[in-house]
Amino acid sequence: MKTFVGIDLGSTTTKAVLMDEEERILGRGITNSRSNYTTACAVAGQEAAIDARFTLFRRELGAEDGADAQVEDLLSGLERSFRLEQFLEQLGDLEETCVRLVRGERFEKNGDAVKAALGEVFKRLRGEAPAMFAPGATRKSDFFRDIAGSRYLSVAEEVAREADLPYDVLLNVYDKSIIAVENRPPAGSLSDKFKNALDRVTKEGTGGSGDLGSKIQKALDIELEETYLVGTGYGRVTLPFSKEHIRSEILCHGLGAHMMYPETRTVLDIGGQDTKGIQVDAHGIVENFQMNDRCAAGCGRYLGYIADEMNMGLHELGPLAMKSEKPARINSTCTVFAGAELRDRLALGEKREDILAGLHRAIILRAISIISRSGGVTDQFTFTGGVAKNEAAVRELKKLVFENYGEVTINIDPDSIYTGALGGAEFARRAAQGRMEGVEA
Amino acid sequence: MRPSIVKAQPDDVLKDASMIKQKEMMANHYNRLTNAPQTGEKVASTFVPGNLNELIMCFDLVNNLPEVNAIQSGLRKQSGAYIMEAERAGHSEDVCTYVKSDIGMMMKGNIGPNGKKLPDPDVLLLSYTGCFTFLKWFELLREQYKCPTIFLQTPYMADGKVTPNMVQYMVKQLKEDVIPTLEQVSGVKFDIDRLREHLAKSAKAEDDLVYILQSGKNKPSPIDAYFGGIYYIGPIFGAFRGTDDAIDYYRFLREEVDQRIAKGLGPVTPDGPMGEEKYRLVVEGPPNYTSFRQFWKMFYEEGATVVASSYTKVGGTYDYGFRHDPDRPLETLAEYCLGVYTNRSLPMRIDMLTDYINEYEADGLLINSIKSCNSFSAGQLLIMREVEKRTGKPAAFIETDLVDPRYFSAANVKNRLESYFQMVEQKRGGAGAAA
Repeated sequence: MKTFVGIDLGSTTTKAVLMDEEERILGRGITNSRSNYTTACAVAGQEAAIDARFTLFRRELGAEDGADAQVEDLLSGLERSFRLEQFLEQLGDLEETCVRLVRGERFEKNGDAVKAALGEVFKRLRGEAPAMFAPGATRKSDFFRDIAGSRYLSVAEEVAREADLPYDVLLNVYDKSIIAVENRPPAGSLSDKFKNALDRVTKEGTGGSGDLGSKIQKALDIELEETYLVGTGYGRVTLPFSKEHIRSEILCHGLGAHMMYPETRTVLDIGGQDTKGIQVDAHGIVENFQMNDRCAAGCGRYLGYIADEMNMGLHELGPLAMKSEKPARINSTCTVFAGAELRDRLALGEKREDILAGLHRAIILRAISIISRSGGVTDQFTFTGGVAKNEAAVRELKKLVFENYGEVTINIDPDSIYTGALGGAEFARRAAQGRMEGVEA
Repeated sequence: MRPSIVKAQPDDVLKDASMIKQKEMMANHYNRLTNAPQTGEKVASTFVPGNLNELIMCFDLVNNLPEVNAIQSGLRKQSGAYIMEAERAGHSEDVCTYVKSDIGMMMKGNIGPNGKKLPDPDVLLLSYTGCFTFLKWFELLREQYKCPTIFLQTPYMADGKVTPNMVQYMVKQLKEDVIPTLEQVSGVKFDIDRLREHLAKSAKAEDDLVYILQSGKNKPSPIDAYFGGIYYIGPIFGAFRGTDDAIDYYRFLREEVDQRIAKGLGPVTPDGPMGEEKYRLVVEGPPNYTSFRQFWKMFYEEGATVVASSYTKVGGTYDYGFRHDPDRPLETLAEYCLGVYTNRSLPMRIDMLTDYINEYEADGLLINSIKSCNSFSAGQLLIMREVEKRTGKPAAFIETDLVDPRYFSAANVKNRLESYFQMVEQKRGGAGAAA
């Protein structure tokens, strides 16, 4: 089967979209960019390929609408089981890497004890893993580093205490290993992992009838051929892509938004370090654009700093800001001074939620200024990028768009973070057909 | 406008006669300036737009251009430190970076591009007020040098034309203030026939300059009218207008351009001859000087040639017909000052850029908006929209600075440029594309 891949290498996350010849999305994948774009690209691509398998399963099972409860049960079981397989594989890699580091003078005295402790830590982690992927279990993050990291730290603390070893020895070994592991995409074959997962699901008795199993096997046998790939985003230039495989992120976002909502004329994208206002025509062709200059004030990264400063998760900022009844008036969205601004206001006795609400408003004010410079808002208006997931930002945006441009349809897709990658995939599809709108490089 | 200290080039890069000539001219000029205290020559500091070089020469004064010095500092990567020095002295971040580079250079010993100290000016000749910052700049210099300051008020072309009143007003200032003060400072009596002689020489070089700049209408264009254009305007906008040197320089250059046209060649870039011409652009706004090569490369690497630019008109809009006229010596000086690009109203600038896109058959307009230059930047977005509307060609906007390295974000500029080139390509692909 021919597939077309779009990869959007953002400063924070890397996204991939896999598309088929009929312009249908097969799969989406996302990973943290880690400052290692080659790995991020490989991992996001692999994630999209995994997601694509589930689409193929659904197609094979005639359940694309997601209405068949039995099939959905089977697929969600399969997905959990697959994730568990993948998690265990990476955990094994992490263990090996940790153990390899236990050598040399530093470990002359306690090397064996440290190795034994590591063995115990990983045994416990493996033991608790199935529960993390059990039905109904929620995970704070889908990135290996986040899941494994938090559990490792707490389990290692227990084990160190029991074994009478300094905790920081185990911590240190982990710190050195996690980066290496994270920069290695899971190596095992995808279809083996799917096979194991299917076996496990069948054993658990949620595998459905033998007929379903064989259909799944049939979908697994479809070969996904990477026909053409297009890279875009902040890290595109650093990749081993040749020029004809690179497209501007502005064009990709414009086209991606057009594909999600064909009536789109104005696109706002707030990413990690840039904010883009884009005007597109009825065919998704970019007419005009504006973006922030070298200063990343008011972009996604700004919220990241604020979250760190408040010791909160990025996703907790929006909900807290929504509680505000009296948003603070904040004019500066300078990332450099974000911490100082915050501490000053807290010291003045302002409430956290009010400050946060004010910060969200300030970010959106800046975005509105960029949009207005790009030509304003024309119906329909599509908001994309990581910040589009933030409810407080969305609330402010809706308010300001209404105040400045009146009643406008505002589109926010739950998968809006994939907009650039989607545009990239479509450019790839067109380029493979040798079409001009694919933009000749 | 041209770096006098040119980096050593590999042997296989052949230098054109014009390049060698220009290098010599600049080196000689800076030596003449820095030797002034020894030779006893007197120095007039003045600005590029509306500079009265022919008149200055009538008084045997040496022309010193602080803007060009700032550009030299930018190209030689020294402006960053100078600007910080000026900021420490209290000049805010928003102030024109030419000014801060100049002030900072003064504070650090005023060493010129030839490594020698630039002389203190004997007179400050502010002959153009299209840029308000110029006034403030010379106020600062006057404070420093305590020398006579001449202020020639240039009326703004708000209504899109030069009226007889405007010319009379300026001629009156020339007669009653500028010339008498210059006589006093220099001790040389004004000789109008000498002025006529210089003006006739100016006109001769100006004919060739216009020919060269308009060669951008060829396909491919034999010149880059922005990055290359910066070099081409150097002599005529600087200290050489009205000299035999300038006549020679433009003659050489014209011959070289003719040769390139005959051979169907594109512009010469720092990396050698340019490849296929894929995009023809009109550019509005000054360039960035601190990353000049890197900036240029982002264009020629993608096959983009600038076929016409407004920046090459900051020292005169000769392509609209103006020539220095020896028969009307003072009036022609007035008309020259009135006609420079930044003294033109926004509607005039829109007309000009629209004409360029049509006449040079360009793919669109690119605006390089300069952070610290309000006289250029104010209104640029409106200009862009209007030109887009009139020509139907795509336009784009990038932001850099003149000589402040902190305001050049290569990744950001490249991102916008690539997007723009792809936008142009996509538009050519036909808007009827099904998506």
